[in-house]
Amino acid sequence: MAAYLLKRLALLVPVLRVVSLLVFASLDLTPGDPVTSVVGDVPIDQATRAQIREAYGFDRPLHDQYLGFLARALQGDLGYSYRNHQPVLDLVLRAIPSTVSLMIAAMIIGISVGMVVGTLAAIKRGTLTDTTLMSLATLGLSIPSFWLGMLLLLVFAVNLRLVPAIGRDDLASLILPAITLGVGSAAIIARFLRSSLLEVLGQDYITTARSKGVSPRRVITGHALRNAFIPVLTIIGLQVGTLLAGAIVVETIFTRRGVGSLLLSGINNRDFPVVQGTVLFATVSYVVVNLLVDVAYTLVDPRIRHGGRPS
Amino acid sequence: MRRLLHHPSATLGLIVLTFVVIVAIVGLFWTPYDPYAVAPRQKFLPPDAVHLMGTDQYGRDILSRIMYGGHLTLLTGFLSIAMALSIGITFGVVGGWVGGRTDLAIVATMDILLAFPAVLLALGIVAVLGGSVTNVIVAVGIATIPVFNRVARAAVLSVTARPYVRAAVAMGCSDRQIIVRHVLPNVAGPLVVLTAITIAGAILIGSALSFLGLGAPPPEPEWGVMLNDARAYMQLGWWLTVMPGVAIALTVLALNLLGDGLRDLLDPTSRATDAHA
Repeated sequence: MAAYLLKRLALLVPVLRVVSLLVFASLDLTPGDPVTSVVGDVPIDQATRAQIREAYGFDRPLHDQYLGFLARALQGDLGYSYRNHQPVLDLVLRAIPSTVSLMIAAMIIGISVGMVVGTLAAIKRGTLTDTTLMSLATLGLSIPSFWLGMLLLLVFAVNLRLVPAIGRDDLASLILPAITLGVGSAAIIARFLRSSLLEVLGQDYITTARSKGVSPRRVITGHALRNAFIPVLTIIGLQVGTLLAGAIVVETIFTRRGVGSLLLSGINNRDFPVVQGTVLFATVSYVVVNLLVDVAYTLVDPRIRHGGRPS
Repeated sequence: MRRLLHHPSATLGLIVLTFVVIVAIVGLFWTPYDPYAVAPRQKFLPPDAVHLMGTDQYGRDILSRIMYGGHLTLLTGFLSIAMALSIGITFGVVGGWVGGRTDLAIVATMDILLAFPAVLLALGIVAVLGGSVTNVIVAVGIATIPVFNRVARAAVLSVTARPYVRAAVAMGCSDRQIIVRHVLPNVAGPLVVLTAITIAGAILIGSALSFLGLGAPPPEPEWGVMLNDARAYMQLGWWLTVMPGVAIALTVLALNLLGDGLRDLLDPTSRATDAHA
């Protein structure tokens, strides 16, 4: 176990190195003078231009800039925003709570709704309930999250005025964004859990449990769900990435100040340090969460000896 | 194909998809009104017999815009996946067949691509390349390559271990013959399913990028762009928000239904897996 963990942690290093390189190279690949990104569309003379270039290190060779970026990033210095000259790390750290609370709320909705729907559909296999629930799940997969968010706003905030539409960061204003973000995960988890449960319910030990006279409810909760949930765990791990990306859209619609909207404003303002910082944060957390999921996997299912990661 | 038509949800998906494609093709040549024509006196008209889906903030006919914009959304889905499919399969087959360092290099590259969530990867590529329909297609295509690569590589590895392939090798069949005759037919089923589902995902990602202002530029009636436009006028007309979204959801739903149906037919043992996108 410890050896496996170490191996996985060691694998993080090349991944992060490539990620940081890609993120950094994007600055150079982007057309236009980076100085323009710093000052905006204000006309400046050549001397000032040269000064800014030197101050930001744009005059140095690219690999030099990259090494500097990497060395500083390792010390927690992600540079300063071109726009408001605040440290990027501060901007990202300030944005994290909003995004994380949104993701957690969405995940709670996704897992709870997904588990209930998936279990119900599996128990009632082949009935109208099953068909209806699974049709809803397919619909949930097909609705673009940005549209769902707009519809929820239209119904609950514009027409019914039940919830605050935008702008606040309290629990009430978390409801609609969390539903918007969570529906997709709920649909995916429901579909997975259903097929996983159906597979488990066909196993011998379930038949044994049934013939021993274990109540149907107990068969599901005590025997089947535990095993059926294992493959679902991987999906939940992958969902973190989807949720993180989805947060960009959802935060835009509900004008929340999170990592996603920070990234988007960084892209729109050509504020590269902000883009680098947020993408780096997003990727690192995605990789780390999936590592944790893999570890959780071994804890839930002792049969897994890590030859390879099930995909 | 005949079996497909006996599968209710697959049939429904196929019918809806055909309808959407036909409407989008017709929209290229004919729409009830000019999709770009501004009519200041006809702003925010609700749906009625004259404007079946109402008009937007510039008095443009929404139905005409959805019809004409359909090809942008559909092309994003089809072309990006065509790109991901051809590149992904090529590298998957080559890596799986040749093995060794080549394979290792390909697998490592794909793992790096997979280290990013697909939407984030596509977003990053578009941010670098600049926003346009072409760049969205390239970005979504690149982000989806690993999905096809994995399936193709895994299939090659499992097939090459089988006795009849070893027999074919022993009989002196060329690599090309073995791959075309034995390997590809074995992956065809899963790949068809994967294609339908990833096109659905590509349309979702593509329209999300356009919605965020990173895809097609604003006057274009791309469905995601139309929804972004509608954000500012939500309280002035529900149809501005509802109509383009229905178009996207219907298209994606049709593809997902088709994908599910195909999976039931071609790959009865598989679980309901979802595309990486």
